[in-house]
Amino acid sequence: MKIIAVIGGETLRFVELVGRFGIFLFTTLICALAPPYKLMPIVKQVRFIGAQSLFVIAFTGLFTGMVLSLQGYYTLTKFGSVGFLGAAVSLSLIRELGPVLGALMVVGRAGSAICAEVGIMRNSEQIDALECMAIDPYKFLLAPKLIAGLIAMPLLTCIFDVVGIFGGFLVGVELFDVSAGAYFQGMYSSVVWHDIEMGLIKSVVFGLLLVWICAAKGFFLHLERDGGFGAEGVSRVTTSAVVLASVSILVCDYLISAVLL
Amino acid sequence: MTEEKSEIVIELDSVEKSFGTQKVLDGVSLQVRAGTTTVIVGASGQGKSVILKHMLGLLTPDNGRVVVFGQDMAKVSKKQLSAIRSNFGVLFQNVALFDSMSVYDNVALPLRERTDGKETDIRNNVEEKLALMGLEDHGGKFPAQLSGGMKKRVGLARALVLNPKVVFFDEPTTGLDVSKSNEIYRLFFGTQARLNYTAVIVSHDVPKIFKLSDRVALMVDGKLQESMSPEKFQLSDNPLIRSFVLETMGPIYSSEVEESRLYETL
Ligand SMILES: Nc1ncnc2c1ncn2[C@@H]1O[C@H](COP(=O)(O)OP(=O)(O)O)[C@@H](O)[C@H]1O
Ligand SMILES: [Mg+2]
Repeated sequence: MKIIAVIGGETLRFVELVGRFGIFLFTTLICALAPPYKLMPIVKQVRFIGAQSLFVIAFTGLFTGMVLSLQGYYTLTKFGSVGFLGAAVSLSLIRELGPVLGALMVVGRAGSAICAEVGIMRNSEQIDALECMAIDPYKFLLAPKLIAGLIAMPLLTCIFDVVGIFGGFLVGVELFDVSAGAYFQGMYSSVVWHDIEMGLIKSVVFGLLLVWICAAKGFFLHLERDGGFGAEGVSRVTTSAVVLASVSILVCDYLISAVLL
Repeated sequence: MTEEKSEIVIELDSVEKSFGTQKVLDGVSLQVRAGTTTVIVGASGQGKSVILKHMLGLLTPDNGRVVVFGQDMAKVSKKQLSAIRSNFGVLFQNVALFDSMSVYDNVALPLRERTDGKETDIRNNVEEKLALMGLEDHGGKFPAQLSGGMKKRVGLARALVLNPKVVFFDEPTTGLDVSKSNEIYRLFFGTQARLNYTAVIVSHDVPKIFKLSDRVALMVDGKLQESMSPEKFQLSDNPLIRSFVLETMGPIYSSEVEESRLYETL
């Protein structure tokens, strides 16, 4: 009997969580679309989520491209087809690794910060204060973050891809003497608009997903099961937001790939 | 004090609220009339902040009604709630300043978000309020760089910047030394005389200035004892009120001279 109660309780909790997060996303999107429109808060958030992630994104992009090229060269020489190196590197980056690794890096850098910021604001009654001042926290606090996530993530992904392809070039052409022409020709002839489209769709979805999950986790800190109180509560909820966002990104990546392939 | 004639701004009608198995409010009723100052006292953990949060619409009662400006807070739409709250100014127990914004931006925020005023008008208004609180030199600081008393003054400036009709104070002087808390109360009465707002003050002890208020009510065990004028409160023969008065006020009015001196400074 007890086991049934536990299963039932967990199911209820899960349904409640999904509902709460769903309403959260819906409200934030409505607030983002409703006037008045203020540009500055969005610019500030794009700067935080986007511009300040540039270094991390470029760095990871470079090394991802380099290691792809390294592994690709090793594999392709076995079949005597190093001419496909450019195609292999750019396709993997554009279709998969750019959006996914880029998003995971942004979760770690910006998502955790968003969750902690909103969580601390909830904890110290700053969100209550906003509400009491008749300032809608969804409009004032959350909508700019969500819009910024939607703008910044595709841009970061493009940068990740470009730098990654350059990293592949460095290793393949400069280190292993693949001809530069063959590297780029392979890329031009294999990458089609559909690949880029897929990468962009993924990056937009991941941008939405990561801001949504991280912000909502912080926003509903006070409803956490083991109490989201104090510094420890914030740290716990931030950790779980990063894990949940990362896992959701990987699951969504599979789903989008399966649908769009 | 013509309080009996003024309209009722806030009315609690047998409000009950539980958190889990703990019943915090057990039938709380209270009327707050326009232009008056109501003081709610009670030991820590008695649910005074919870009462305030009901008035603000941050919590909804399990039973009973909270009526503000004639509207039931549990039934209003988000828009109406926002319209009601635009008449509020709140000084939270822990002040709840926005800690990533400067003092100036904290006070300017309600103006920026709620009015279409030009930045120069906003500047004038904010600087006036900061000057009123004696904070004109601290606009560029961040909340973490302020002392407790200064934070409370910033909170007060922020609460008053839009000339609210009702101002709520949750423990405005707790944790401050005597001179600092007198200063807060002096600011409070000074601004109330100028802006003419209704005030609801919550405090864990009887504030020294309580004789200047219109109504005092004691919170014990989830119930609010009948509110009464401060003179009656001090002499009440209700045993709960008597013991509270003796416990928290005993030493304060040790001499008539000291008492009258205090009121002179206000
Ligand atoms: N959000 C909440 N969840 C659970 N319990 C709460 C909550 N808010 C207040 N309480 C409980 O209600 C009681 C009254 O709290 P409060 O109103 O803060 O007391 P005070 O009179 O000191 O302001 C306390 O026992 C507190 O633990
Ligand atoms: Mg309290």
